[in-house]
Amino acid sequence: MGRFLIRRMAQMVPVMFFVTVIVFATTHLLPGDPTVTILGEQATPEQRERARIEYGLNDPIPVQYVNWVARAFSGDLGRSLRSREPVIDMLVTRVPVTLELALLSILLAMAIGVPAGIVAARWRNSWLDVVVSLIAMAGVAVPYFWMGILLVMVFALQLGWLPPSGYVPFADDPIENLKLMILPSVTIGVAFAALIMRQTRAAMLQVLSQDYIRTARAKGVHERVVVMKHALRNALIPVVTVIGLQIGALLGGAVVTETVFALPGLGRMMVEGIFSRDFPVVQGAILFVVLSVLVVSLLTDLLYTLLDPRIEF
Amino acid sequence: MNAHAETAGATTLVAPRSSRSPWRQFARRFVRHKLGMFGLGVIAVVVLLAVLAPWIAPYSPEDMLPVGFLEPPSAENWFGTDEIGRDILSRVIWGSRVSLQIVGLAIGLAIVAGSLIGLVSGYVGGWLDSMIMRIMDALLAFPLLVLALSIIAVLGPDLMNAMIAIAITKTPGFARLVRSEVLTLKKIDFVKAARVLGASHWRIIAKHLWPNVTGNVIVYASLSGSQALITESALSFLGLGVRPPTPSWGYMVATGMEYWQAWWMSFFPGLAIFLTVLAFNFVGDAVRDAFDTRLGPTG
Repeated sequence: MGRFLIRRMAQMVPVMFFVTVIVFATTHLLPGDPTVTILGEQATPEQRERARIEYGLNDPIPVQYVNWVARAFSGDLGRSLRSREPVIDMLVTRVPVTLELALLSILLAMAIGVPAGIVAARWRNSWLDVVVSLIAMAGVAVPYFWMGILLVMVFALQLGWLPPSGYVPFADDPIENLKLMILPSVTIGVAFAALIMRQTRAAMLQVLSQDYIRTARAKGVHERVVVMKHALRNALIPVVTVIGLQIGALLGGAVVTETVFALPGLGRMMVEGIFSRDFPVVQGAILFVVLSVLVVSLLTDLLYTLLDPRIEF
Repeated sequence: MNAHAETAGATTLVAPRSSRSPWRQFARRFVRHKLGMFGLGVIAVVVLLAVLAPWIAPYSPEDMLPVGFLEPPSAENWFGTDEIGRDILSRVIWGSRVSLQIVGLAIGLAIVAGSLIGLVSGYVGGWLDSMIMRIMDALLAFPLLVLALSIIAVLGPDLMNAMIAIAITKTPGFARLVRSEVLTLKKIDFVKAARVLGASHWRIIAKHLWPNVTGNVIVYASLSGSQALITESALSFLGLGVRPPTPSWGYMVATGMEYWQAWWMSFFPGLAIFLTVLAFNFVGDAVRDAFDTRLGPTG
């Protein structure tokens, strides 16, 4: 286990290196004068020179890269070109929003996807299986933004059950916060539930055909116990992996979902940054998202070995 | 696939050819896949709409109609009119052009770039291979949409850049798939035999390796169609793809969001995206099943 952990982290090093190179390149290798991006068109030559020194733009590119990485890993991601707010402070306020959205979406997706997958597998090829599978196919194909808009139209505007958009921090007003988060979480959760359902169904079918299940049934174990205890525990292992591997897709979905529901999260920060050409902000948000994806995939692998002691790396 | 036939005499490893061509077998299996055929039908309709848009669309996509703005669906305007009185049906029909163009070109570009990278990386091996593959791993660590967004942050938002961004997001997948195939293939005798017979490296790559990976490349390409379309529509929804007044489905959905009372404004373009993505998924699954080969990465 310890050796696996070390090897797995060692594999991450070159990937992390290239990730930082790519993120660095997105802003530092741009054609044109970077001080125009930093200061705008109107700045005087003196101001430009000062900015050049302040940002180390006169140094060779590799030196700039090393300095940038060193600063980034000590938490200094620069300042927003527009608000002058440190990017790290922006991340501190934005990340909890996206994190809450992601967690609620995953919970919802599991609450729908796992039971649906069990039902579809247990009654394979029945009308129930067909219906669940068709819904899952549709769920995978629905664009997040369209789903979100349809939900707002029906549940906020027509029925008036929930607020259409906006955000209140959980600490300020937990009830209002959850009310505002329901529709965004459903938006992402539905697509995710479809993936989880497919995975659960496939894993359950595979497990249910194994000898130890037949043995359990032959011993006279109640069918519910066979499915819910003997089979499900093993079937859930690949389901956990799929959730871990899809975390990137989920964060991508958060970008559009946050736009639909006006949630001040990481995705919104990225899109707003692109529109206002606020590069440190875009860079900081992207770096954070990609590093999170890498860390989650590492944790998924670890969880995998914990859940299934037979797996050795 | 002709590499097998060409070198079959030189190796004992290759199984004897069946009398039926693999492509015909593939077509037969595909035709039997009901959802796949349905998906192909939907895509054929969308392609026809895109090609015949000037003749099929009832109105011009950019003209403001005298019926007025934000008119609900009616006999004259099946999908209603938008905020400045343009016919939404006509705009949805014209919008298919943009989406199909971007998706088609992006995947084409990704196939070329990814396959080249994969062929060279896998064939040459060594440190070059390790380095290229780590770069591909790094690109794959980016969520698709986030990678597309970072590229657009650099290149600036427009149609061409959206296409390039989507192509770049899909390239590492093809590269990895092709490389892993090449690693296996180059150990097989027919490639060694070609080398011994004096074939150049490029000839081996082009004549012996490439024909043997096309099957999996096609499968992966057909599975990528829906992802590319989703990314394209998300970019244009965010306003980072096509610039107005060119009609694009994603952007139409975004405009509709500002006119909640006019549900038809975002409903119909969104439906078009949904159905086309669904069709791409069906076709992708059917192609994969019909090829019946080792499965490539699905990520």
